[in-house]
Amino acid sequence: MAQMNLLQAINNALDIAMAEDDSTLCFGEDVGYFGGVFRATSGLQEKYGKARCFNTPLVEQGILGFANGLAAQGSRPIAEIQFADYIFPAFDQIVNESAKFRYRSGNEFDVGRLTIRTPYGGGIHGGLYHSQSPEAYFAHTPGLKIVVPRNPYQAKGLLLAAIRDDNPVLFFEPKRLYRAAVGEVPEEDYQLPLGKAEIVKQGSDVTLLAWGAQMEIIEKAADMAEADGISCEVIDLRSILPWDVETIANSVRKTGRFVISQEAPLTAGFASEIAATIQQECFLHLESPIARVCGLDTPYPLALEKEYQADHLKVYEAIKRSMDY
Amino acid sequence: MSTEQYNEGLVTHHPAFIDGHSVDIPTLKILQQDGTVYEGAELPDIDQALAERIYKTLVFHRVLDERMIAAQRQGRVSFYMAALGEEAASVGSAAGLADQDMIMAQYREQGALMYRGFTLDQFMNQLFSNEQDLGKGRQMPIHYGSNELNYMTISSPLGTQIPQAAGYAYGQKMQGKDAVTICYFGEGAASEGDFHAGLNMAAVHQAPVIFFCRNNGYAISTPAEEQFAGNGIASRGVGYGIKTLRIDGNDILAVLKATQEARKYCIEEGKPVVIEAMSYRLGAHSTSDDPTGYRTKEEEEKWQAHDPILRMKQWMLNQSWWTEEQDSEIFEQLREDVLAALKVAEKIDKPALEDLVSDVYDQVPEMLEQQLNELKAHIKKYPDAYPVTSGRIK
Repeated sequence: MAQMNLLQAINNALDIAMAEDDSTLCFGEDVGYFGGVFRATSGLQEKYGKARCFNTPLVEQGILGFANGLAAQGSRPIAEIQFADYIFPAFDQIVNESAKFRYRSGNEFDVGRLTIRTPYGGGIHGGLYHSQSPEAYFAHTPGLKIVVPRNPYQAKGLLLAAIRDDNPVLFFEPKRLYRAAVGEVPEEDYQLPLGKAEIVKQGSDVTLLAWGAQMEIIEKAADMAEADGISCEVIDLRSILPWDVETIANSVRKTGRFVISQEAPLTAGFASEIAATIQQECFLHLESPIARVCGLDTPYPLALEKEYQADHLKVYEAIKRSMDY
Repeated sequence: MSTEQYNEGLVTHHPAFIDGHSVDIPTLKILQQDGTVYEGAELPDIDQALAERIYKTLVFHRVLDERMIAAQRQGRVSFYMAALGEEAASVGSAAGLADQDMIMAQYREQGALMYRGFTLDQFMNQLFSNEQDLGKGRQMPIHYGSNELNYMTISSPLGTQIPQAAGYAYGQKMQGKDAVTICYFGEGAASEGDFHAGLNMAAVHQAPVIFFCRNNGYAISTPAEEQFAGNGIASRGVGYGIKTLRIDGNDILAVLKATQEARKYCIEEGKPVVIEAMSYRLGAHSTSDDPTGYRTKEEEEKWQAHDPILRMKQWMLNQSWWTEEQDSEIFEQLREDVLAALKVAEKIDKPALEDLVSDVYDQVPEMLEQQLNELKAHIKKYPDAYPVTSGRIK
């Protein structure tokens, strides 16, 4: 097995997808010969030509509109939005078009072959417009799948599954981990299932749930809690939509305590949806209120980033409060 | 290419502003209102069979629109959009295409769909959102679509199909298909961001798409002069580096000729074209609109004299390809057919309850199965409150 960082794993997945299907195209701002500002598409134009891997004009709604058309035509577009913060000009094309194409036409047409890749999240001193986690906006829209990997191995397997899935998929890449996370990644083709959470560590006292870059945070908090003798079950949600209610509910029935952490602000984040569903499923098993540890309800700040973040210490405190309730 | 080239062209040493109006854009006209052809004008590729097919489509269009406006006023259908006075734009352009070309319409191009062969019953099933509607009763009336006829299902948000058409056409070209995409929109939709995104993407990436703008003078109640300040929509095509043509949109021969030439260019050069068809929306924007609130009777009457269907009929009569008897016969027959089809379609059942949750994803996910089961149990408990579906739940 090879050692890869998260970007290399993504690049490797794109390479496999482009090699297997001539109609697979990668495009977005600067993704061509430059290989993207983070270099995720490095070498692809060289290998597959300018017609299949190319720079677009600086127009997010154009990128997604073009991608919707390609997918409806039967091609397999993989569109990159350079930062998730800049996905909003394309919001209408994603929410009103990609998500509804199949439903509104009675399955006469669909854009199931569409994949949208975009780096998201903070912790990179990026301030308001290079740090957002916008997954919840899209989770309110039926018809999309939303996936967030936590490390290179997950990124490759989930991205290949996303590209081959017959529904439009939004693939949020934790950019803080792009080069920071390095791990063993098989060079051959493999897929990980969409819509399934993964139990990363078994435990009996409290269930901890997160996704993407926030997984590092809850694992660190779990280590601190374990040192205090608290047994933590750690789960990676992996898919925001559709999400794996069963795995989470089974875990919470077992532990009786539940802490969810997300990078995004607290109000109306996806953690809120999870909390509501799990209290309905597990009400009589709960030993304490479900806790959410999230970003503040402010835009993502620059100088006071560390204070703003739902870091491991805040999660650790939430675990203890849950235990002491 | 670099910006350097612009420094080496025409040079002036005094500020010389230019604007869109200093670009002279000619309007292609072939057929006069009395049915004679302008001297020196070049006819499109057309014979008697094609002319009859086009003319019969125009008549079907007029009859359906008039009947459905009446049906909406009687409360039989919730909503309708007619294209009175501008039928030539969609029918004439569709006739200039090949069957394998994709049509991405806005919402007032039922003429193109009729030309392709969407049947009267199919129109009615969509308008009445019954269980035979290809769209499974999910969208408002007039949101037609047909995979078989290469007519992309209409989407309500304005202009979203414009960048999609660029992508669709790029895919056709990449796969070496002998096909183009035509994308219809009005001059109002050309103000949306998607218009600029779409034209720029198509121009830069060389997609064989025909951007067909129906400039019909009004976006609901907003007149063209409050919609744009430049030289119509055509001047923008030039700005994006796209070959552009302005035509008389009520002149079916000009529309046909322009589309035939545009298609040829798109296929041979693998590049886009913009066509701006100048027309006038004689009717209301939709049945929810009342144009007497924002325009004069005189203005409408002036445009009635430019009726594109009468113009073509005159040409057909002059060619001895058509007679007045044939004309009254076909109008009468179609009026009967439309009324009969309407009566059938309005009695067909609404879609089954299962169609509420299908097609959100390729397969119905577990959460939706669960929501459907809960809904079924609820409907069974209160069957009288849900008469459309309660009797049909298994």
